[in-house]
Amino acid sequence: MGTYKIVEARALSEAVFEMWIHAPQVALHAKAGQFCIVHPDGAGERVPLTISGTDGENIRIAFMAVGTTTKLLATLKTGDELRDVAGPLGMPSNITPGNETVIIVGGGVGVACTPILAKAAKEAGNYVIGIIGARNKDLLIFEDDMREICDELIVTTDDGSYGIKGFASAPLKELCESGRKIDKVWIIGPGMMMKVTSEVTRPYGIKTYVSLNPVMVDGTGMCGSCRVTVGGEMKFACVDGPEFDAHQVDWNDLMTRQRMYVPEEKQSMAYREEQHHVCRCRKVD
Amino acid sequence: MERNADVRVKDFSEVDLGLSKEEIIAEAQRCIQCKKPKCVLGCPVGIDIPGFIAALAVENFQNAADIIKRDNMLPAVCGRVCPQEVQCQGMCILGKKGTPISIGQLERFAADSTRDNTVPTCPKKAPATGKRVAVVGSGPAGLSAAAELARLGHSVTIFESLHEAGGVLMYGIPEFRLPKDIVRYEIDQVKNLGVEIKTNHIAGRSVSVDELLAFDAVFLGTGAGLPYFMGLPGENLPGVYSANEFLTRVNLMGANRFPENDTPVKFGKKVVVIGGGNVAMDSARVARRLGAEVTLMYRRGETDMPARLDEVRHAKEEDIVFMTQTNPVAFIGTNNAVSGVEAVQMSLGAPCEDGRCSFSPVEGSNFIVEADVIVEAIGQGPNPLLLRMVPELARNKNGSVTVNSLGETTVPKIYAGGDVATGAATVIIAMGTAKDAARAIDKMLRK
Repeated sequence: MGTYKIVEARALSEAVFEMWIHAPQVALHAKAGQFCIVHPDGAGERVPLTISGTDGENIRIAFMAVGTTTKLLATLKTGDELRDVAGPLGMPSNITPGNETVIIVGGGVGVACTPILAKAAKEAGNYVIGIIGARNKDLLIFEDDMREICDELIVTTDDGSYGIKGFASAPLKELCESGRKIDKVWIIGPGMMMKVTSEVTRPYGIKTYVSLNPVMVDGTGMCGSCRVTVGGEMKFACVDGPEFDAHQVDWNDLMTRQRMYVPEEKQSMAYREEQHHVCRCRKVD
Repeated sequence: MERNADVRVKDFSEVDLGLSKEEIIAEAQRCIQCKKPKCVLGCPVGIDIPGFIAALAVENFQNAADIIKRDNMLPAVCGRVCPQEVQCQGMCILGKKGTPISIGQLERFAADSTRDNTVPTCPKKAPATGKRVAVVGSGPAGLSAAAELARLGHSVTIFESLHEAGGVLMYGIPEFRLPKDIVRYEIDQVKNLGVEIKTNHIAGRSVSVDELLAFDAVFLGTGAGLPYFMGLPGENLPGVYSANEFLTRVNLMGANRFPENDTPVKFGKKVVVIGGGNVAMDSARVARRLGAEVTLMYRRGETDMPARLDEVRHAKEEDIVFMTQTNPVAFIGTNNAVSGVEAVQMSLGAPCEDGRCSFSPVEGSNFIVEADVIVEAIGQGPNPLLLRMVPELARNKNGSVTVNSLGETTVPKIYAGGDVATGAATVIIAMGTAKDAARAIDKMLRK
């Protein structure tokens, strides 16, 4: 127990958290587009999270506290330890060295995946345009990182509280229509956002990648929980992905499977609420 | 002694409670101590079976355990999960006219009765050679290769991708057949030989191929962890599982104790398990313990099932319905969840090459079986994660790594054993091939 130290933990917004974790075997091998499995304690889930950055022997993750295990993770502080961190997993992003123009679109907590990708694309000699979006200004993450790395950065918020009002798909569409040379587009965010946004590039025949986040258990190809349909074929997001050709993904299949455990997630949180209540009573006694 | 089916299906505790000390001694004394023991020939790891039985017969349990551990560091595991009826026990001369010696029970007792001894004995180790060997995977093959290499004086590091060592012993075989505390104890015994186990280390990812090849030798024991799917319509409907996923969620992640443990699994009211092997029996019996009515669907006849007879018997005692000569053709869903299987009846024909019946679907015999959880237990292949990164490793038609009789692959310094080389087989066959490879590695390192 407790072999992976949290070097730094902080809240980026009310529900989104950033963590730097000491995990040398992950940090030394991680490439853009890969993920790791975080298993905070013996009773929790193995949570797959994209590696958002590396620094020496440390990796950065960012996550939204939505389920029982991510909520537990959010309570951990700098200096605490995690039971297990495994990775890097999945195939690295397909970055081509050379003078390509790439657009990296991040939505919501999906923005967490963009800095490492933008940095890798930039280091490969590409011209990098970033588009990052959130529901509102408070939920926008990693703007500073992206501003530093990208050649151009566009920010959107759904409510217009910061940057351009609306979804990230609008500036992407403008760029596609502008006639500028665009070689590759990456879109990372919630399922519906990726589905809708990737439709923008389809008519232009631009190679577009999305990073899929289905439910996983081991993350190493041994359970098939993360199977997705891409180009009519069954793929395992953990070993064949997580990045796939956006225009080949069966989104309905993905999103149906992502919702598979919604009832259990509610049950789990209700259970914890009750446990928490019992604990407080005992303290009062 | 086995627990009654109606009691045992309510929990995950062990089904077989073993024999009493008196029964064990009596059974051991029944052994006629053959001069040329056939039982040893039937053991893939070559345990000195008459030797340990003789020790049990005179109540020297520690000595019995020590004799076994010279050849097998996982006796409590093997005593439980080996198919002794077709191995050691199947060869026993007493079985020709009467009842063979219950060698599995004796092995299990020798291990169990000495587990709590305060000073666990450790097999003797050869002087250190200064050679380093990387073992990939900590399942039966990896553990056996590591133990053998450590005993021969080499420094061994095991890389395990999951958060707990044991491979299929932890994620695949359920608690009621193989209690996990016992597996952990025997793994600790391997560690006591000086073997280092690095969990959360995915070979090919957390440890690069170059880092592996920096060792003096590499043993691949990555098993057959890639689940096969039937490729039928509706396969991605929520509620359809591979046996690997269903069993991993329960055995490794403790989903049977959800929500106390946070990894969920669909418990199901009506579960259909597809397949006729040991993994299918395990899946069906797990589903039964989660409270479901369970149907096992198999395309051939019951006598063609590859599962151990004992496992088939256990499943039947636990009220699992056997629907043989039936094959699924589609999974049906309503409201984004699986609600049943469309199946077709199969007619059996002349035996195939492997002795089992050939089969073909009966036209127009389609019918629907209701189910809210479906588990496909139709087999598994080698995990390609690491293999893809070493393209020079030749592979067989079924995807397994090509090895010669020494366990050598087509890449110098890389050896393989267990399911990754043989295709999905038993725990003990994996251990046997791993031990052979370990000895070949030792020879190579001493050249």
